[in-house]
Amino acid sequence: MAREIVQPEENGLAVLSDITSGEYSLPAERCLEIYRLMVRARAMEERMIKMSKSGEGYFWIGGPGEEAFNVPLGLQVKKGRGPDYDYLHLHYRNSGTLIAMGMPVIDGIRQMAMTWTDRHSRGRNFVGHYCVPEWNVVPVCSVIGVAWVKAPGTAHVQKRYGGDGITIVVGGDAGTAEGDFGSCMIWSTRPGNELPVLMIVMNNGYGISTPAATQHAELHIVDRGKPFGIPGEVVDGNDPIASWHAIERAMRYVRQERRPYMIEALVSRLYGHSSSSGAMRVKDERDCVAEFGQKLIEAGVLDEEGASAIRKAALDECEKALEQALKEPKPTADDVRRFTYASSFHDVVYPDDYTGLPNGD
Amino acid sequence: MATLVQAVRLALHYGETYLGVTDIFGEDVGPPLGGVFTATQGLRTAWNSPLDERGILGMAMGIAYAGGRPVCEIQFCDYAFNTIDLMKIAGNQRWASGGNYDMPIVLMTPSGSGIRGSLYHSHSFESWASRLAGWKIVMPSNALDAYGLMLSAIADPNPVMVLLPKALLRVRGEQKIPGEPEDEEELKRMIDAPVGDRTGWQPRWPPVQEYFVPLGKAALVRTGHHATVVSYGRTLPLCVKAADELRESHGLMFDVLDLRSIFPYDWHAISQSVMKTGRILIVNEDTEVTNFGEHLLRRVIDHHYYDLLVRPRVLLGQHIPGIGLNQEYEKNSVPQLPQIREAMRALATEEA
Ligand SMILES: Cc1ncc(C[n+]2csc(CCOP(=O)(O)OP(=O)(O)O)c2C)c(N)n1
Ligand SMILES: [Mg+2]
Repeated sequence: MAREIVQPEENGLAVLSDITSGEYSLPAERCLEIYRLMVRARAMEERMIKMSKSGEGYFWIGGPGEEAFNVPLGLQVKKGRGPDYDYLHLHYRNSGTLIAMGMPVIDGIRQMAMTWTDRHSRGRNFVGHYCVPEWNVVPVCSVIGVAWVKAPGTAHVQKRYGGDGITIVVGGDAGTAEGDFGSCMIWSTRPGNELPVLMIVMNNGYGISTPAATQHAELHIVDRGKPFGIPGEVVDGNDPIASWHAIERAMRYVRQERRPYMIEALVSRLYGHSSSSGAMRVKDERDCVAEFGQKLIEAGVLDEEGASAIRKAALDECEKALEQALKEPKPTADDVRRFTYASSFHDVVYPDDYTGLPNGD
Repeated sequence: MATLVQAVRLALHYGETYLGVTDIFGEDVGPPLGGVFTATQGLRTAWNSPLDERGILGMAMGIAYAGGRPVCEIQFCDYAFNTIDLMKIAGNQRWASGGNYDMPIVLMTPSGSGIRGSLYHSHSFESWASRLAGWKIVMPSNALDAYGLMLSAIADPNPVMVLLPKALLRVRGEQKIPGEPEDEEELKRMIDAPVGDRTGWQPRWPPVQEYFVPLGKAALVRTGHHATVVSYGRTLPLCVKAADELRESHGLMFDVLDLRSIFPYDWHAISQSVMKTGRILIVNEDTEVTNFGEHLLRRVIDHHYYDLLVRPRVLLGQHIPGIGLNQEYEKNSVPQLPQIREAMRALATEEA
């Protein structure tokens, strides 16, 4: 039988040993949980890339190369609805976070397959544009930067509400050039009105084709927080153990101090920017899933057989999800206008939803 | 009678007291100033924001996601242009998420010319705004409508933009706001912050009442069978005045429609009036290329081509980069009373 965890009786240890990375460690069970989620998130993305090439979907964009950070993030979110819980203003590479929070793979696949059953956008938005109100995941928006200006709003409500819910906002490195990034720092540090915002920059070194080094002189993006008194740290986003601890520290600070904190995670971009650039596997960047699997094998908590069983289970799950999603209803012409307006007692033209141009002659 | 801006303030007071408004904010909106036009003096939930229009709209959206009911102000619509993509996003949140999130925000902003505002205090915004699907856009032309439209904007669970005609903000209404004191001096003493030191000043709010002007409902402010004039905002009272003068001078009788809601607009009211008169003029002061009035004209032509007695027409602002400060510029850039009166006379008297 494939071995996932070294059983105490097998190696004579009283407890499972922790897995260590540099100065940090995590329990082996936690590492295995993270690994399984990373593999599932990767398998989902790779299945969706295939869909973009086979015509079962169109455009693909996503997070292969960010799993080592995004999964530990999702596992540590205070998950729920309303200001007591964490709000998530994510970018389009956060599949690992949603999978770690408990999103079934099919919920990602449905968006890629543009079905009416797509719970995030009813087949309207690009893949990875998640929206889960039950978990305070506000709609992911393609417009780079805007998440930075919306995040202080949810944090403002949370601060006033009390409790320990925080707002987590995620964006890419190139997008920090938008003024909205500066807005986030200013609005989160108004004296006397500091806000519980965890600002996360996923630094993959590129904006589409433009290397960060050709446009940005700042050594670290987190340095920009210094004049605002926003503590920050740069973390190896390919290392789930280091990422786990950075996120834990950051969340503890933001939850308790009710002030912003910034993390810059150095990550890979393993299939290029998107399907527009071919979504071809990049060879010269670190692969966190492979690295972490190897680490767990070397630590003896997993063997090759166990690792391939995890992979196979993830691939099977994706195939089944796709098979199911393709059978599900698609949006129809009658659905085009739906969900434009919420019902209103005060609108005589659109008391329910949008019904086309005003009429009634 | 309350001025239009006092009516807005009373509506916001009603909103934060009875309709669940949680935050009224923007540049200089909180104490001590209470808004550059005084629209937000004395309000319990009013606060000052950084000078950042994108931040203001983003904050409003965030508050709404988290269950709050924000009213934000862009100090002048002239400074709203860098927020257009955020406006688009606010308008599409419900649609994009398949109904997962509503976006109950109110954005109010002074719009239009008439305060000698030169290049950057004279813009109109309604034509830009009319392209923001998912929003509702209103523009009152008098105090009572301002009160009633503000209340509807607040109560509506969708993004609503309230464009406040700059030129009319200090104009007194002809109708009382329900609950407003008889004496306008008394109202001023109750709710206008004193000039000078305001520390310790508190408003005494009159017991204003619920009064909704429905979104999408125009007001027929003059009736007549010769021709139809459709307008809103600053140009509306000019159309009314022109109608009254032409009635006196030429015996011409006009239907004057105050549209009040730009979107949704009251197509029924426009259509009924055109059916009656067969003649229509649409007046607004936004620039004339791709103007919201052109959309109305298109609807009129589509639906009433064979009902029209004469060429339907528009009277709009010139397509120029700005409004110059010298009043010769302003007078000749956007419709004024004489041009409106002449356009109305020509419309009503052209041989069919
Ligand atoms: C405001 C805006 N400008 C341009 C684009 C087109 N665009 C999409 S992704 C992207 C690069 C973003 O780079 P970065 O912020 O580093 O995120 P990454 O894709 O690398 O994760 C650009 C320019 C956009 N979506 N939004
Ligand atoms: Mg990047």
